[in-house]
Amino acid sequence: MTARGADEGDLVAEDLACRRGERLVFAGVSLTLPPGGALLLTGANGSGKSSLLRLLASLLVPAAGRVLWGSVPILDDLASYRARLHYLGHLDAIKPALAVRETLVFWAGLRGAAMPQIDSAIAAFGLDGIADWPCRWLSAGQRRRLALARLVATPAPLWLLDEPTAALDADGEARLAAAIATHRGRGGRAVVATHQPGALPGASELRIGDFAAAGDALAGF
Amino acid sequence: MAPFLVLFRRDLVLAWRQGGELGLALGFFVLAVVLFPLGVGPELEILRRIGAGVIWVAALLAAVLSLDRLFAGDHGDGGLDLLALSAMPLEATVVAKCAAHWVTTGLPLAVLSPVLAELFDLNSAAIPVLALSLLLGTPALSLLGAIVAALTLGARRPGVLSSLLVLPLYLPVLIFGAGAVEASLSGVGARPYLLLLGAISLAASPLAPLAAAAALRQALD
Repeated sequence: MTARGADEGDLVAEDLACRRGERLVFAGVSLTLPPGGALLLTGANGSGKSSLLRLLASLLVPAAGRVLWGSVPILDDLASYRARLHYLGHLDAIKPALAVRETLVFWAGLRGAAMPQIDSAIAAFGLDGIADWPCRWLSAGQRRRLALARLVATPAPLWLLDEPTAALDADGEARLAAAIATHRGRGGRAVVATHQPGALPGASELRIGDFAAAGDALAGF
Repeated sequence: MAPFLVLFRRDLVLAWRQGGELGLALGFFVLAVVLFPLGVGPELEILRRIGAGVIWVAALLAAVLSLDRLFAGDHGDGGLDLLALSAMPLEATVVAKCAAHWVTTGLPLAVLSPVLAELFDLNSAAIPVLALSLLLGTPALSLLGAIVAALTLGARRPGVLSSLLVLPLYLPVLIFGAGAVEASLSGVGARPYLLLLGAISLAASPLAPLAAAAALRQALD
């Protein structure tokens, strides 16, 4: 685990551009996210919300620009940056043969967490009754809850969530909102790609997809 | 527990619970070997001559069959993203997965081989050499296979493609593996062959994970 002080800096993205294959998805995206802050990524399908999240998660390399934690470019210290973030993509990373609790214990162990909060994560997303079920019995919504519980089991200062409410019922959405609020209350940051405007109180909004025209102009870029 | 052991253990648990895939490779190995005495007929002279080669070829093919177990599951369910963001480098992830793959494929093949050798009337001095050659050579099969398994992620027919790519890489292992048994039968001594097999596995254990991890990074893109 990193020292507390190292978690205090802003997450900064400077002039990010993303290229997938031949296509420039977006360019000139900048953002700053202070501790406790939340950012909603909105935009049409294909505008690059998921790509931006993957860039911020260090899973993709930007075609231009850079991401910084505080004043340190993340590429200078990738290992500790990755230890600070949780990424939740479209897929739940759940093995049908493992039980709900086993799944949480596994992903916590893989992050090298000394004291994972498995029980509170299970409670936070209402998985109490099914903690010992094999995951192949879970519905899509229950799988999503399990994937979200992963974030609570091992605290990390940055959450990157791609459509986290997909397949969730109203109760699940309320639990997610509560989890994000708790996370932000402790100084955590959240970047959420979503189609639901106003899903997070006090969150700023970054709309991508207004870059399509710029993208054509920058085709030779 | 270190992340390496956490992943190693999970892959063993998954292989055990999804027994079908494990049984598939081993069942294929046994059946392919058993077909030869039935097809060739009961001339012991011929059977003794081809025994070691047949068992080694069948082991190679069984290993190819099991390759998609290495990364395809985690690639398909989004787990690969999380593995890349875990507390260990992707190279260590590959080693952990190869180790689990060997324990569930190479090791059982080597353990079964003395029984199958009886079908070919191999003499009692050659049987330990056969088992030992498999024990020393199969780690290289898992490691070299990992490169190809990682390269073919996302391909439309990964099974066919990976066997085309991986079998040429397996040739040295086959030559020295079958050669070891041959040498012990002809009284030359199997030692140099076994040492070479061990050397291939040893050389592959740092080099193959580097290549496989580079291929996995491509797959993340």
